[in-house]
Amino acid sequence: MNLHEYQAKQLLTKYGINIPRGEVTDNPSRAAEIFKNLNISRGAVKAQIHAGGRGKAGGIKIVSLPAEAEKAAAELLGQTLITHQTGPKGKPVNKILVEELFPAEAGRELYLGIAIDRQKACPVMMFSTEGGMEIEELARRAPEKIVKVLIDSPPELPLDRINELLQKENLKPFAFHLKPILTSLARLFLENDCSLAEINPLVITKDGKLVALDAKINLDDRALFRHKDLVGWRDLTQEDPLEAEASKFGLSYVGLDGNIGCLVNGAGLAMSTMDLIKLHGGEPANFLDVGGGASVEQVTEAFKLLLANKNVKAILVNIFGGIMKCDVIAEGITTAVKQVGLRLPLVVRLEGTNVELGKNIIKKSGLNIVSVDTMNEAAKKVVGFIK
Amino acid sequence: MNKNTRVVVQGITGSAGSFHARQMLEYGTEIVAGVTPRKGGQLFFAGGDPVSGRDKPVPIFNTVAEAVRETGANTSVVFVPAAFAIDALREAAESGLNLVVCITEGIPTLDMVKIYKFYKGKGVRLIGPNCPGLTTPGEAKVGIMPGYIHKKGTVGVVSRSGTLTYEAVWQITNQGLGQSTCVGIGGDAIVGMSFSEILELFQSDPETEVIVLIGEIGGTMEEEAAEYIKEHVTKPVIAFIAGQTAPEGKRMGHAGAIISGGAGTAQEKVDKLGSCGITMVANPAEIGQTVAQVMRNYR
Repeated sequence: MNLHEYQAKQLLTKYGINIPRGEVTDNPSRAAEIFKNLNISRGAVKAQIHAGGRGKAGGIKIVSLPAEAEKAAAELLGQTLITHQTGPKGKPVNKILVEELFPAEAGRELYLGIAIDRQKACPVMMFSTEGGMEIEELARRAPEKIVKVLIDSPPELPLDRINELLQKENLKPFAFHLKPILTSLARLFLENDCSLAEINPLVITKDGKLVALDAKINLDDRALFRHKDLVGWRDLTQEDPLEAEASKFGLSYVGLDGNIGCLVNGAGLAMSTMDLIKLHGGEPANFLDVGGGASVEQVTEAFKLLLANKNVKAILVNIFGGIMKCDVIAEGITTAVKQVGLRLPLVVRLEGTNVELGKNIIKKSGLNIVSVDTMNEAAKKVVGFIK
Repeated sequence: MNKNTRVVVQGITGSAGSFHARQMLEYGTEIVAGVTPRKGGQLFFAGGDPVSGRDKPVPIFNTVAEAVRETGANTSVVFVPAAFAIDALREAAESGLNLVVCITEGIPTLDMVKIYKFYKGKGVRLIGPNCPGLTTPGEAKVGIMPGYIHKKGTVGVVSRSGTLTYEAVWQITNQGLGQSTCVGIGGDAIVGMSFSEILELFQSDPETEVIVLIGEIGGTMEEEAAEYIKEHVTKPVIAFIAGQTAPEGKRMGHAGAIISGGAGTAQEKVDKLGSCGITMVANPAEIGQTVAQVMRNYR
């Protein structure tokens, strides 16, 4: 689950990390009030969406009068913002954050982030004095400028290594203010089951204080059960409607640009089915994993999801029934086809437990379903329908 | 893993645990105990075919330590729900088992960080989580792989996925070939045993002649495996990587299957494995026949 900037900053405040003064709203006239109450000469009006690259896409406006704040807010609210991270559909702006503007003193912008290092199987804290740009870009251009500290025995923090890091020549001047931020962000990451916690940029003010100008926090969906307080922060308007709908039924769906709808059990088999379609010259319209043991209801819902995508021109079902029995799947398919009144070509490949029973159900249904034995044949057939 | 593997099922009274305990018993796995807190002293009835003698009731214990002491169990298979899995896995590692196989999916990543470190410290082998387990055809199956797709033979299979593993195994079986052992290491970002650790076991296993590795996008475990194979594996290796068509930044079902910042793409993995002398399969429908070809050449 992703958090908005304003939500991330609320968490930072809870952990004692300085953020610019400001307030979030969905109302332009309220934006003017906020600006006025801040009693500042310059401020920023920032679109709240689940994607980076807002600045370049016009999602952050600098204002110097309450009326300007109101105008900026009115322009942003209700708009769909397209950045290099949103994809072509963009993300709707439903809230804006009005903040005091903090120019970085002497251009000092720092980067601080924590993510999971899969190879080391633990969180890793990354720090760089070259903040402002995206960490991926920095990692490509100047990996030596990122220092890393592994948090390898949580809940303990690697204090010795943090101290060591702060002894470095270029960090010594900020050590006093930086140390509590490093430890606080680490605690925030661990205590809230984050998958990413990033402050970028972290700027140094005139009086030597450090302020988090922007923040990005993602939470581990699997741990939300123990963070009931944060679940309410989920913003469905920022998620793909089909993906959100799928998650309600325990299905894993990802929309793609092609026209062949895929319904498969298991993530690995689903990905390789997509690969196979491509290999035969077709384009998959989606990734859809119904899981290892889907029910008739889930299969029906999965079909509805496929058909909700108007680009879909043919459907491929690939099931390797292990735990899931093929006759159950066949029931699900025929029920769904009857319910939704399918008019598109449908190719079904069943293999595994009770495969003969399953094939019989499909045959006897009298429905226009092409039944094949191997995944290769299935992919070839379904691509043939498109061409 | 063989006929002497003595298995304790953690979470045997749950719906998945009881269903698969029955399936494992039916396959011939020696299930000696079940564990469910507060249900110790009860019996688990497989209810299988009485003629086969597999309806022998399995004793249930409150703790893994008790089960090990009373039954000599040496391997655990864990079906405990994700929220409680961290405690179940800790308990298993402290009870003197050699191997723990965790089927449970959806365990929080930071729980796995702790568990990974704990297991490394204790020197206990962990397979999974979010995995189908492992099967040694004709001997035992610990996990949820469908038994009938296997055939005893000399192909070692290691994979990050579930049903794609079944697909590969089935293709191999349909070529008239069989498997020495099939291992699903799990699709999560953090899993216990890696490809390289399983490859080491296959390399030293006299029953294994060739090895099939099935990877997918995300992470760098395939690249590490490629390096390992180049240095240490003399047996032929055939590999397939799923997710050639997956877009960047999207999670493809498995928590581990996500491409971030250009790292972990299928192409990178294919190139790396290919450059280390591994036979790459481009078409997932041709895993079986490629294995057959390689075996013909090898012999």
